[in-house]
Amino acid sequence: MANSTIRRDFWHRFSRNKMALAGSAVVILLFFVSLLAPWISPYDPGEINLQMILSSPSGIHPFGTDQLGRDVLSRMIWGSRISLKVGFVATGIAIVIGGILGAIAGYYGKWVDATIMRFVDIMLCFPTFFLILAVIAFLEPSIWNIMIVIGITGWMGITRLVRADFISLKERDFVQAARAIGAGDSRIIFLHILPNAMASVLVAATLGVAGAILTESALSFLGIGVQPPTPSWGNILTAGKDNIDIAWWLSLYPGLAILITVLGYNLLGEGIRDSLDPRLKG
Amino acid sequence: MLRYIVKRLMFMVPLLIGITIICFVVMHLAPGSPTDLQTQMNPRATAEMKERLMAMYDLDKPLHQQYLSWVSKLVVLDLGRSFSPDRRPVADKILERLPITIFINVLSMILILIVAIPIGILSAVHQNSLFDKITGVFVFIGFSIPTFWLALLLMILFGVNLGWLPISGIISLNYEYLPPLSAFIDLIKHLILPVLISAFGGLAGLSRYMRSSMLEVIRQDYITTARAKGLSERVVIYKHALRNALLPIITILGLSIPGLIGGSVIFETIFAIPGMGQLFYMSVMARDYPVIMGILVIGAVLTLLGNLIADVSYALADPRIRVA
Repeated sequence: MANSTIRRDFWHRFSRNKMALAGSAVVILLFFVSLLAPWISPYDPGEINLQMILSSPSGIHPFGTDQLGRDVLSRMIWGSRISLKVGFVATGIAIVIGGILGAIAGYYGKWVDATIMRFVDIMLCFPTFFLILAVIAFLEPSIWNIMIVIGITGWMGITRLVRADFISLKERDFVQAARAIGAGDSRIIFLHILPNAMASVLVAATLGVAGAILTESALSFLGIGVQPPTPSWGNILTAGKDNIDIAWWLSLYPGLAILITVLGYNLLGEGIRDSLDPRLKG
Repeated sequence: MLRYIVKRLMFMVPLLIGITIICFVVMHLAPGSPTDLQTQMNPRATAEMKERLMAMYDLDKPLHQQYLSWVSKLVVLDLGRSFSPDRRPVADKILERLPITIFINVLSMILILIVAIPIGILSAVHQNSLFDKITGVFVFIGFSIPTFWLALLLMILFGVNLGWLPISGIISLNYEYLPPLSAFIDLIKHLILPVLISAFGGLAGLSRYMRSSMLEVIRQDYITTARAKGLSERVVIYKHALRNALLPIITILGLSIPGLIGGSVIFETIFAIPGMGQLFYMSVMARDYPVIMGILVIGAVLTLLGNLIADVSYALADPRIRVA
C-alpha cells in the first residue's frame, strides 16, 4: 500500500522533470541504436575504401571517412555498442563489490566496518586513472579487461552509500521484527534491508555508467583501451588527433556522441534522485 | 593544534602501508609472474631483462619477503632503474618531471578557485535567476564533456584555424634565444590551453559545491539575525555567510587532488608536456614496470599529502575541528 503510493509519487515527479525526460530519451535512443547497429549503419564499419580516404562529410558519407576510407557514421553506430557494454558491465561490477562491502560494513559495524572503510580510504588515495593505467599495463588492453578494471577501481562511492543506508535501516522496526521471528543475517541483509537501499544505488549506478563511458573513451583515445580495428568512440578520436589539421570531422562527431550520451546518463541520474526525494534537489 | 596535526599524521601511517600493499598487489596481478608476462608480451625483452626484474623485486623469494624488501627500498626512494635504454634511476626520472606537473596543477587549481567561487556565490544568492540557470547548464556540460575531446576542439580552433596558440610542448624551440619578456609570453601561450583543460572538470564541480554550500549557510538562523539587525545585504553575504560557506570548499579542494593528478596523464599526453603524466603514459606503453610502480606510489602519496594539507588548513580556519 505505502509502496505503491511512493511509486506513484515518484512517477508523478519524474514525468514532470524535463531533465529526467531528456536524459531518458537519450538513453533509450542510444539503446536502440546499438541494438539495431547491423541494420541501420549505412556501411560495414570495417570496410576499407582507399579511394575515399579522409573525405569530408557529404551525402554519401554524412560524417565523412577516416584515414582508411571507412565510414565514420557506421563506425560510430557500432562504437555505441562498446560504450554501452563497458558502461553497464563496469558499473555492474562496481555495484556488486560496493554493495556487498557496504552492506557488510553497515550491518556488522565495529571492526568489520572499520576495516572495510579504511580499505575504501586507501583506494581513494590513488588517482583512479593512474590505477587503471597501471593495471592495464600488467594485463592486456582488451575490452573485457577494460570493463573489469574500471569496475574494480570504481566501487568506493557505492560502498559509502550502501553503508550509510544500512546503518540507518538496521535499527528500524521491520528489521527488528524480522530478527525477532528468527531470520538469519543473510536473509535480513539481502531480503529486508537491501531492497530499501536500492534507491540510492540506482542513482549512483546511472551516474556510474556515465563515468565508465567517459573513462573508456579516454583510455581508447590514448590507445590503451579498445584496440583497432574494433571501432569505439575513443579510438576514432585518436585518428582525429593524428589528422588534426586536415580532418576536423574525425574529432567533432565522435566527441559529440560521447558528450550527449554521458549528459543523458547524468541527467537521468539527477532526475531519478530529485524524483525519489525532492528535498535533496540541489 | 599541534596535537591535531600529530593525530592526523598517525592516521596516515596505516593508509601509507595500505597504499604500498595495493601497489604490490597490482604488480602481482599479472597472470603468472611479472617476468613471464614481460617476456611474452614484449618480444624485445631479453633474458637479461627478466633476470633484472627477478633481482629487483626478489621474485624468487616468498611473497612477504618480496614485499618487505620492496618497501625497504621504497622508504629510501630507491625505485630501481628504468627498463628504457637510458637505464636511469626511476626516482631521478620522476623527480625531474614532477615540478612541471605540480606547477600546472597548482595554476589550474588557482584558476578553479578564482572562477568557481564567484560563480557559486552569485548563483546561490540569485537562486533560480537566469544566471543561475545558465551556469547550471554549464555545470552539467562540464561534468559530461570528455576533457580530451575539449582539448582537441580547442587545438583545432586556436591552434590550427586561428593560429593563436601553440598546441604542443611548454616552450618553443627557439625559447633560449628569446629576450626575457618574449620568452615569458611564449611560456604563457603554451600554458593557456593545458591549464584551461585541466581546470575544466574541477571548475564545474567546485562551482556546484560552492553554490550548495552557500545556499545552506544562507538558510541558517544567524544570517536571519544579521539581516534582522539591519546589516546591508552585501555585509551579510560577503562577511557573515561567505566565511562559513568557504569552509567545506577546503575539503573539496583536497578531494579533487587525485582527479587533477590523474588527469595530468591526459592533458600532458595530448599537449606533449614533459611532466609526470606523460612519463607515466610512455611507461605504460613501453611496459616500463619500475617507472609505473614508482609513479603509482608517488601519485597516491601526493594525494595523501594534499588531504593532510586540506585537513590542517580546515582545522586552522575552523576551531571546532581541533576540539572534536
